[in-house]
Amino acid sequence: MKCDTANAAAVKFGKYGGLFVPETLVQPIMELAQAYERLRSSDDFKDELAGLLRNFAGRKTPLYHARNLSRELGCKTYLKREDLVHGGAHKLNNTLGQALVAKRMGKTRLIAETGAGQHGVATAIVGANLGFETQVYMGEVDIERQKMNVYRMELMGAEVIPVRSGSRTLKDAINEAMRDWAASFEHTHYLLGTAAGAHPYPTMVRDFQSVIGLEAREQILEAEGCLPDSIVACVGGGSNAMGIFAPFLTDDVRLLAVEAGGRGPGKTDRTADNGASLGYGSNGILHGALTKILQDPYGQILESYSVAAGLDYPGVGPELAYLAETGRVQPKMADDRTAIRGFRALSKLEGIIPALESAHAVGYALSEPRALGEMAIINISGRGDKDLATVMDYENL
Amino acid sequence: MKISEAFQNKPLLIVYICAGDPTPDATPDLVRRLVKAGADIIELGLPHSDPIADGPTIQAAAQRAIAAGMNTDVYFDVAAQADVNVPKIFMGYYNMVYARGPDRFALDCAKSGIRGMIVPDLPPEEAGPLHDACRRYGVDLIFLASPNTPPERLHMIENETSGFLYLVARTGVTGAKSDVLQSTRDLISRVSGDVPKAVGFGISTPEQAADVIRAGADAAIVGSVCVDLIARGEIERLEELVREMKAAIVGAKGKAPIVC
Ligand SMILES: Cc1ncc(COP(=O)(O)O)c(C=O)c1O
Repeated sequence: MKCDTANAAAVKFGKYGGLFVPETLVQPIMELAQAYERLRSSDDFKDELAGLLRNFAGRKTPLYHARNLSRELGCKTYLKREDLVHGGAHKLNNTLGQALVAKRMGKTRLIAETGAGQHGVATAIVGANLGFETQVYMGEVDIERQKMNVYRMELMGAEVIPVRSGSRTLKDAINEAMRDWAASFEHTHYLLGTAAGAHPYPTMVRDFQSVIGLEAREQILEAEGCLPDSIVACVGGGSNAMGIFAPFLTDDVRLLAVEAGGRGPGKTDRTADNGASLGYGSNGILHGALTKILQDPYGQILESYSVAAGLDYPGVGPELAYLAETGRVQPKMADDRTAIRGFRALSKLEGIIPALESAHAVGYALSEPRALGEMAIINISGRGDKDLATVMDYENL
Repeated sequence: MKISEAFQNKPLLIVYICAGDPTPDATPDLVRRLVKAGADIIELGLPHSDPIADGPTIQAAAQRAIAAGMNTDVYFDVAAQADVNVPKIFMGYYNMVYARGPDRFALDCAKSGIRGMIVPDLPPEEAGPLHDACRRYGVDLIFLASPNTPPERLHMIENETSGFLYLVARTGVTGAKSDVLQSTRDLISRVSGDVPKAVGFGISTPEQAADVIRAGADAAIVGSVCVDLIARGEIERLEELVREMKAAIVGAKGKAPIVC
C-alpha cells in the first residue's frame, strides 16, 4: 500500500504529540497510520483480535474485589488483574494488536525495544505465534538486570540485540529500534511498547490497551451498579494507564497516574533520580513527540531511574502530558520505598505478587488512601515474578 | 557569505564535523583547516544525547563532545570563533532548539555567523515556529528529502526548504558506506525545481562524491568519514581527504554520469 501525502498530519493532544522524526521515517509512519485507521473499523480485523485476546491472551481478566486491601485502605478497592494476561503483563494487548496490523500490511519482521523485558517478551510471544522474525533491542544494563526475560525471549525464537549506545537502557533501545526501522521499514514493523513516541503510536497503543478500561467499566457497573470514585495506574510511558483511563475520560471519576519517584527529586548533569516526567519534567521532544521529559536546561535527555525497570523512562506519552495539563488526570508519585511497601502489602494481604511497576500504584494508594474516595480500581498491570531478585537485592541493601 | 552565494560556484563540498569533538577548544582551528583544504560549507553539529538519525560514528563523537563540556552556549562561542569566509550551518536535533526557544536559537545562529540550520528530526509540518524565526533573522532552514519520499511530498519539501535541499542518499542512518545507490540517483533526478541539491549520508570517498555530482547534485556532503579521522587524531589525513574530495567533485563538474 502506498500513499503520497504531501502533508503528514499528525494527531495531537493539545500541543503535545506530533511527528518529530527523520524524513525517512515519515512515509513508513504515514503508511502505518493509514493502515491502522482502515483496520480499526474493520470487523474482520476486530474479530481476529478479539479471538486472540480471548483464546490466546486469556481475556477478559477479572476485576477482583480485594477485601483485605480494602480494609487496610478504608476504601472499597477492586484490582484489574492484568497480571493474569498471558506473558504476565498488559503488554500483550498491544503486541497482539500491532502484530495483526503488521501482518495485514505484509510485514515479515518485528522489531521492538524493551526495558524490563516485559514488552520484549510480549513481542517475542506474538512473533512466535503469528510467524514473524523478531528482534528486540535491549540496553546492556537492562540485559544484566533482567536475565530471565532475555532467556524467555530467546526461548520463543526472538533475538535480543544488546544496545551499547548512550545510557544503555530503555531510551537508547528505542533510539536503536528507530535507527533500524529507518533502514528496514519495507518489510519490518516497529512494535513500540507504550503509548508514547510519534503519531500514530500514542493513539494506536492507547486503543489496543483500552480493552482494560472497557472491561473494567462493564465489570464495575455489573458488580456495583455505579462507577468508582477513582482509578489508579502506574505510568512508565503510559500504556496501562491510558488503557484503563480512556473509557472513563468523560466520567466523574478521579484518574490518578502514579509515576516513579525513584530516590527522590534529585538530579545531576546527566541523570535524574526518578522517572517522573509529569511530576518533574518539562516540555520537550523525545522519540518523535512533544511531551513532558526529563532534560537538562540545554535539552539533553537525562537518564532516568526507578527500582522498576518498566518505569525507568525519561519521557511519557503525549496524551498523558495533555491530560495532566488540563487537570483531567492527576499525576502522582510513589518512590522506590513506597513501591516496595506496595509490593509486600499486596503479596501478604491478597496473595497477589504485583510487578514492581504496578506496586507503585498500590504503594501510592497505601500512602494516600484518602485520595481514593470510597471506591477505587487499581490497575495491576503485571505480575511480580520477574522482580523477585530485584526486591531481594533492595531489601539486603 | 550567504549559502546562495556559495552555490554560485558549484559544485560544492560540504563537510560535517561534531562541534566539541574532541574538545570545544579544538573546533575553531579544525574548521579553519577544513576550509583551507577546500570545504565550501561547514556543517557544525551540536551534539545531542539521543541522535536518532545518526550511526555509531557520530553517536560516539556526540558523546565525546558532551563529556568534553559542549553545550549550546559553548557551541555558539565556538561557532563565532571559527571565523571563516564560507557559510557555516547548524546541524542538530530539535529538542536542543526547542529548549532554547526557536526564536532565540535562530538569533544566536545569526549572531555567530551561522547561515543555515539543518534539523534532521524536524519535518516541515512541525517546523512552523522555527521557520518563522529563521525568516526573521535571515537564516536558511534546510529540509531533507529521502529516497522513499513520495513525489507530492518531495514537491512540498522543495517549496519549503531554503538555501538548498538536503537529499538523503540512503535510508537508514548516517555512516560511511562504499557505494552510491541507484535510488540516490533517482532521487536527484526526481527534484524538479531549481533549488540547489546537496547529497549526504554515506559518502566517504572522492569517487562517491564525484559520482553524486555527475548524477546531478550541486554539492556532496561528507560527515562520518571525517568524524572518524578526527576521532583517530588523523587531522592531516583529513585535510588530504578533503583536498581529494574537492578535486574529485570539481573534476566531475559537467560530466555525464558514468552509470545511469
Ligand atoms: C508490568 C508493567 N507495568 C507497567 C509498565 C509501564 O509501561 P506503561 O506505562 O506503558 O504501562 C511496564 C513496562 O515495562 C510493565 O512491565
